[in-house]
Parts: sequence; C-alpha cells; structure tokens
Amino acid sequence: MFYDISLYICLAIFIIGLIYKISTWLSRKTTLETKDIPTSKRLSSAIKGIVLTILSVKVLTLIKVFFLDIILQRKVFNEDFFRWLTHILIYVAFMLLLLMHALDKFITAPLFADYSATLNPFLFLRDLFGALVIIGICMAIYRRFILNPPRLKTNPMDTYAIIILAIIMASGIILEGTKIGSYSIYKEMVTDYAGLEEGEEEYKALTAFWVDKFGTVAPGLKAPFKDEIIEEGKELHEMSCSSCHSRPQWAFTGYIVASLFKGAALGLDKAGVHTILWYIHFLACFIGMAYLPFSKFLHIITSPLSLLANSVMDKGESDPANIATRQALEFDACTHCGACTSRCSMGIIIEEIENVNILPSEKIQSLKGVVSKKEIGEKDFKLILDGVYLCSNCHRCTDVCPAGINLEDLWFNMREDMFQKDYPEFSLLSPLSFYRGLMRESISQEDYKRPLIQAREAIASKCDLMKTPDKVVSLTPSDREFQDSLLLSDQASTFQGCFGCQTCTNACPVVASYENPKEVLGMLPHQIMYTAGLGIRDLAFGSNMLWDCLTCYQCQEQCPQGVHVTDVLYELKNLAIKNVYKD
Amino acid sequence: MKFALFLGCNIPARLTQYESSSRAVLEKLSVELIDIKEFNCCGYPLRNIDFKASILAAARNLALAEKEGLNMIVLCKCGFGMLKHADHLMKEDQSLLEEINNTLKKEDLEFKGDIEISHLLSVLYHDVGLDNIKEKITRPYKDLKIATHYGCHALRPSEIVKFDDPVNPTLFDKLVALTGAESIDWEKRLDCCGAPLFGSNDDLSMDLTEKKLSNARQSGADFLCNACSYCHIQFDTVQGMINSKGSENHPLPPILYPQLLGLSLGIDGETLGLGENKIDITGIKGFLSG
Ligand code: HEC
Repeated sequence: MFYDISLYICLAIFIIGLIYKISTWLSRKTTLETKDIPTSKRLSSAIKGIVLTILSVKVLTLIKVFFLDIILQRKVFNEDFFRWLTHILIYVAFMLLLLMHALDKFITAPLFADYSATLNPFLFLRDLFGALVIIGICMAIYRRFILNPPRLKTNPMDTYAIIILAIIMASGIILEGTKIGSYSIYKEMVTDYAGLEEGEEEYKALTAFWVDKFGTVAPGLKAPFKDEIIEEGKELHEMSCSSCHSRPQWAFTGYIVASLFKGAALGLDKAGVHTILWYIHFLACFIGMAYLPFSKFLHIITSPLSLLANSVMDKGESDPANIATRQALEFDACTHCGACTSRCSMGIIIEEIENVNILPSEKIQSLKGVVSKKEIGEKDFKLILDGVYLCSNCHRCTDVCPAGINLEDLWFNMREDMFQKDYPEFSLLSPLSFYRGLMRESISQEDYKRPLIQAREAIASKCDLMKTPDKVVSLTPSDREFQDSLLLSDQASTFQGCFGCQTCTNACPVVASYENPKEVLGMLPHQIMYTAGLGIRDLAFGSNMLWDCLTCYQCQEQCPQGVHVTDVLYELKNLAIKNVYKD
Repeated sequence: MKFALFLGCNIPARLTQYESSSRAVLEKLSVELIDIKEFNCCGYPLRNIDFKASILAAARNLALAEKEGLNMIVLCKCGFGMLKHADHLMKEDQSLLEEINNTLKKEDLEFKGDIEISHLLSVLYHDVGLDNIKEKITRPYKDLKIATHYGCHALRPSEIVKFDDPVNPTLFDKLVALTGAESIDWEKRLDCCGAPLFGSNDDLSMDLTEKKLSNARQSGADFLCNACSYCHIQFDTVQGMINSKGSENHPLPPILYPQLLGLSLGIDGETLGLGENKIDITGIKGFLSG
C-alpha cells in the first residue's frame, strides 16, 4: 500500500517534471534571431523537423550515432579510457539492473517463464550488475575526489548523483545480506512452500540443511550436523524449495554481507532491519526517479537527444527555431563531466584571471541561469560575460563533449545575446574577437558594432582629459602610481628612454592609414610613450591608438632608443582594462 | 628529426588544410611530428587583456613539450612570436619565472627553458635544409610569380624571435624560390596583414589587407604565399568579405607555403587540402611542370 502510494506520487512528480523541462526547451531563448518565435511555433517546428529527419536518409546517421555515441560512448572512449570505463560500468550495469531487477514484473517475468529472483542466472546477474555499479561509483569517487584532475570542479549536483546511486546500491546489497540470514523470512517460506511448522522433525532437518548450505541463521541450531539430517533436509529442500532457490553464494555481494553479519543476524531479524532496509531501498529509487528531471540524471534522456539532434543539424541549414530549441535542451544535456574543461585551450588562465566562467563546464552552468531568467546581479552577469568571451573558439570543447553539445555555437549565441544588456566587454578589444569578426555576417550590423563601440567608450569615459582636448595639461601632478606600475614591468620600463623623435609614429602602418591620424587615433605612438614618461594616465588610456595598435612591432624594431614601444602599448592596454574593472 | 607539433586554436578549428599540408610535407621530408594533446592557447590573443595570463598559457605549452624532451614546431606566426616572447621573458626575469613555475607545479610541470621553438619555415630552412628539399622536388613551377608574405610576429621583435634579418629577410623567399616559383619583390612585403584588428576594428583591418593585396597584385603576383593561420584566414576569408563588398579588384588567391611546396613535391592536391581554401587556388596546378 505504502509502496504503491509512494510509487505513484513519485511517478507523477517525475512526469510533471519532465513536462516542465520540455516546456523550457521550447520556450528558452538562446539566439537573437529567434527571440520572437512563440512556443507553439517551436513545438510545431520541432515535430516537423523530427518527422522529416526520420523520413530522410539522415536516419542512417541517427542509427550510427545511436550505437557509436550513445550506446558505446565513443567520444568518452577516445578521450579518456578510465572515464569511459567508469561511465560504462555505471550506466550499462545500472540499466540492466533497472530492466532485469527493478522492472522484473514487466520485463523479466514475461520473458522468462521460470523467472525467480532467487534462481540463477538471475540471482547471480543481479549481484554481478550491482557489483559493477559499485565499482563504477568507486571509480567516479576516486576520479573526482582523490585524483582530482586540475580544474575539474565538483558541484553539489555531482555529489548528489553519486550519493543517491550509492544509497540505492548499498541498501540493496545489505538488504539482500540480511534477508539471506533472516529466520523470520525462512519460517514464512517453509510454512508457505513446505507446509511445515516449527517443532516438527522434518522442519528441523530442512532448517539444518538451510543453515548448513544457504546461510540461514536459526536460533539454537549450529553446524556441524549429522549427515543423515542433512540428507533428509536436502530431500525436503529438493521437494519444496529448490525449484525457486539457487545457492545464495551466487548472490556474492549479499552473501558477503550475510557472512559479515552472521553473529548479529538473529538480532537484526528480530528488529526487522530487513524491512527498514527495504523501505530505504525502494524509497531511494522512487526519490531518485522523482528528482530525475531536476538532477543531472536527466542527461539519461537529454544527452542522447542532444547527440542525435547535433548529428543531423547544421547552422544555417536547420530551422532557426529548432536550433534555439536544441540549445535550450543542451543546457540540460550537460552532465558536468568536465571533459570540455580538461581540454579547454583557455582553462589554464583561470590561475591568473579568477573567474570560473572561463571553464566551459562552469560556463554552461552559469549560462543556464542566464537563459532561465534567474535573477543575476550586475557583477555576476559581467563575470559570466567575461568568462564567455575569454574563449579562443578552438572548438575543442565541442569536439570532446560526450553529450554532443555544440558548445562553441552556444557560447557564440549567448555572447551576442548577453551583449544586449549593454555592459561593456573589454576582451572584445583583442584578437579573441577574430572569430566574431569571421562570423559577422550572422549578426546584424548594428548588433555587431555596438558592443565594440561600448567597450571603447567605457574605457575612454574614465579618461577625463581626453574629453577636453583643448585643456592645458599641467605637467607637475603626474600619477606616480601609474608610472610605478609601468616601471614594474621589465619590458614597459623602457619608455623612460623616449625623447620623442617620432620614429615609432613614422613607422606605424596604422598612423599611415589616416589622413589626419590625430583626429581618429587620439595620441600617436611617440606621444603615448612620452605621456607614459610623464605619468599622465588618462591621455594614454583614452587614445584610440592603444586599441588600434596592430602589434606589428614596426615601431619597437625601429626605435633608436630601445624603447619597447609595442610592449608598452600592450602594458597600457592591460592597465586600462584593470583600471576600468577596478571601479 | 622529431618535433612536438604546436597547432594552436585556429588551425584545428578553421584551417585544417594547414595542418594536413604541413604533415604531408614534413612526412615527405622525414620530419617526425609528435602530438601533445594537452597543449593550450599560445597566449597571443590574451596579451591585450592580461600579460601574466598570456605568459602562463604560453609557458604551459613550453613546459609540456619540455616534459617530453621535444623541440617545438609552430605553424602559426603569432603563436610562434608569443611562445618565443614568453620563453625570452621567463629567461630574463627570475621573479616572473618563479611565479609561473609555482602555478605550473600544480600540474607537475616546470619551465626550464631548454627547448627550441621553431616556426615551420625555420625548420624547413635550417633543420631540413634547402638542398635536401630541392632534391625531392619533382614538379617545379614554371612562370609562377609569388608575393611572399613574411608575417610580423615571426620577424619582429627580431632580438627575441631571431627568425631572420628584420629589415631584409630572405629565408621565406628562398624557400619559395626553390619550388621553381619566382618570389617577387614588392613594397609591402613586410607589412602587417591586418588580422590583429579584425573583429575589433574591421574597417581599418580590411583597409590594411586591401592595400597590401593590391600592392602585391600591382607588383605582378599570381598568388600570395604565407605561413601563418591568422594571416591566411585574413587573406582568404576576409579578402572574400572585402571582395564581396564590391571591390573592383579580382581576388589574389593566398596559398599556404606547405601547399605550394607540397604540390612541387608531388603530393596530391586533396592531401594538401587545396579545396578547403575559400578562394580557389586550384589554378596553381597549371604552373607545375612535368
Ligand atoms: C515459488 C518460488 C519459491 C519457493 C518454492 C520457495 N521460495 Fe523462498 N523465496 C522466493 C522468493 C521470490 C524470495 C524473495 C526474493 C527477493 O525478493 O529477494 C524468497 C526468499 C527466501 C528467503 C530469504 C532469502 C533471500 O534470498 O531472499 C529464504 C530464507 C527462503 N526464501 C527460503 C525458502 C525455503 C526454505 C523454501 C522451501 C521451503 C523456499 N524458500 C521456497 C521464492 C520461493
């Protein structure tokens, strides 16, 4: 009764959760162009897309992906054998347990006429699968908590997943162990199947046999027994019990537990511990199921979907509505396994730039908050945006993602989407923007240019002097702190040698590109070197010249005074960005 | 001859033909390449933002190659420049070195500074040698005029990168010439391709690219040859964007050096990824003899 009620409640939560999740996949917006497409249109596009794909030759791709990437986990295999083994153990063995053991009423029993949980091969297989899951869990714990590879982050969801699995498995095995030794279950069984009651001679013989061979712990009965009694018990056993019972040693994990608990078995049985464990076991399973749509276990459903969808969808070809839907789904397909982060080209810089959002595995979690319209403060939002932009677009995260998530596209779309909030992003003013430039035709002119202008303006707005070009600059109150920070850097400190000969400016191809360079660029290279020498920060930071420097090193190569002009410009850019972040 | 191959970010993602053509050519010339999967960003795109982060990224790559005891071959010039720079600075500045090594220690890595960092072209020129390459050339070009583009970050700052004479370099010209092609003299051959600003100031970037290309065209070039991922994408993809905006100029197709060399070594166009270039370069086969 309680079992049924809790099952149905949890099943209902599971189904409602799933429906809720599906609705978010159809409503969350990741791409600018699909901002205005309503959910109903996305649903119909999705159905149409799925039907058309299944009816086309693309179905062959789907089948291939299903076997290689979903069943065999090819991507994980290629990346890291240890992780592949861990995952394959947990997922294959758990699936088999689910089908053979948990759903035995619906699957195993109808398939095998003489099925009984206590009969081989089922008895042995249940324990084998259980043991494999346990080994997998131990390997996962080992990797996350002991091996702890650099930059692999473990969040509460990861811990929850391991814990709930561990509870299900441990309670199941201990339950089995206590049942093997349980005298009360034994007594009931004998009444039911042999029609014998305590006190009868035959009862004693059968019990002796079970104590001797089946691990039963009965009060007042201890090996060794006389051979005749065992013989008699064996006959009775073969008559009434053996059709359903293989030797419990086959249930090796449970049997080990039973052996360990042998001394306490009678007490445990009286206290009804096996009943308590039974409750723990099935409730843990039900809770795991109810919570599945909200936990990382949802990836059991979403990762295959993501792999399948990505194998047949192409940017530019597929319906944009479906791309938006796929991207919304991808947030739930992430298992936070860390494969992307371990291969991230930028991962290492987190040691210098403290922002976890640089790491793709963390970035996707934060972005999930952004698309689900969670309240995110300005500071956090900027950090996420910075993290998303600190990416060299090397595509490695996407190549290795075992869930097939097109992370690079996701970053690209989310970046553009986040720019709509009009917070300046300074990394735009670096070669990291090269990829964005190559993709410019997929963004509207206006959306493409605005963030670039904003970033420059945000820096310039911190430089009051630049706004009033006619103002006479007093030369005395120079910014010592600024000058010192430049002097700290070996390469930049050379600016002190500048005597303003203009060789750098004359060598500069950027200066040469303009008829009236001062108007466009603000200060020219030699002037910047000179102001740096005077410690006038504002003028140096506010010049467009800084951000329009090609870093071609013509100036530095030609400087007669050995001033590292390009390196000083680099240093000034770093300082300017630090300066705006400071406020 | 064995090197750790450093590809960087652009090549595997957007310029796979540079990798495949380099591998094919180097294999033919008996240069063995070792892949180090753990390599990360070279650090170059980060220099504008955070100097230390860029050095750290570069240093990790160097330390990884060092751990394998391998010298590095770099295909991209910006990556080459950055790695050389980091190598140089860490050898100069003890405190920087200590700081970086402290971080690398967490991954059991250490920068000691005892490996060489070479660009593809330097390996071909110095390690393989012009004569050895020449011997293997089976189909030299005839009547082919090439505008050879050096690329800034390989040439300058010369005291750090030590690639060639920064004012009058000849290394690349000789490599081009040995294929039978003529490496023409042109005014803007040492100028920047414009790529560093593409994405942050496209107008200026494209303007520089266009000026450079038209100078090459006017000087009579049939193709522009380069050996850098940024330069190539700029001359290929970005030139495509410039031309589609209605520039009167006909395209000047850019070819990667290993593609140019590979054809004359008798390697087929498919292996060299000729078809992957955005601007069609298959016409170059017409200049091959034999
Ligand atoms: C019709 C099949 C059937 C017969 C006959 C049968 N049992 Fe069982 N027995 C079961 C099942 C099913 C379980 C419960 C297994 C489970 O749910 O894990 C069980 C459980 C037990 C247990 C608890 C240990 C365990 O492995 O779960 C004991 C002890 C036991 N039976 C003893 C006997 C004895 C003694 C006889 C012969 C008198 C007997 N059974 C006859 C089916 C049978």
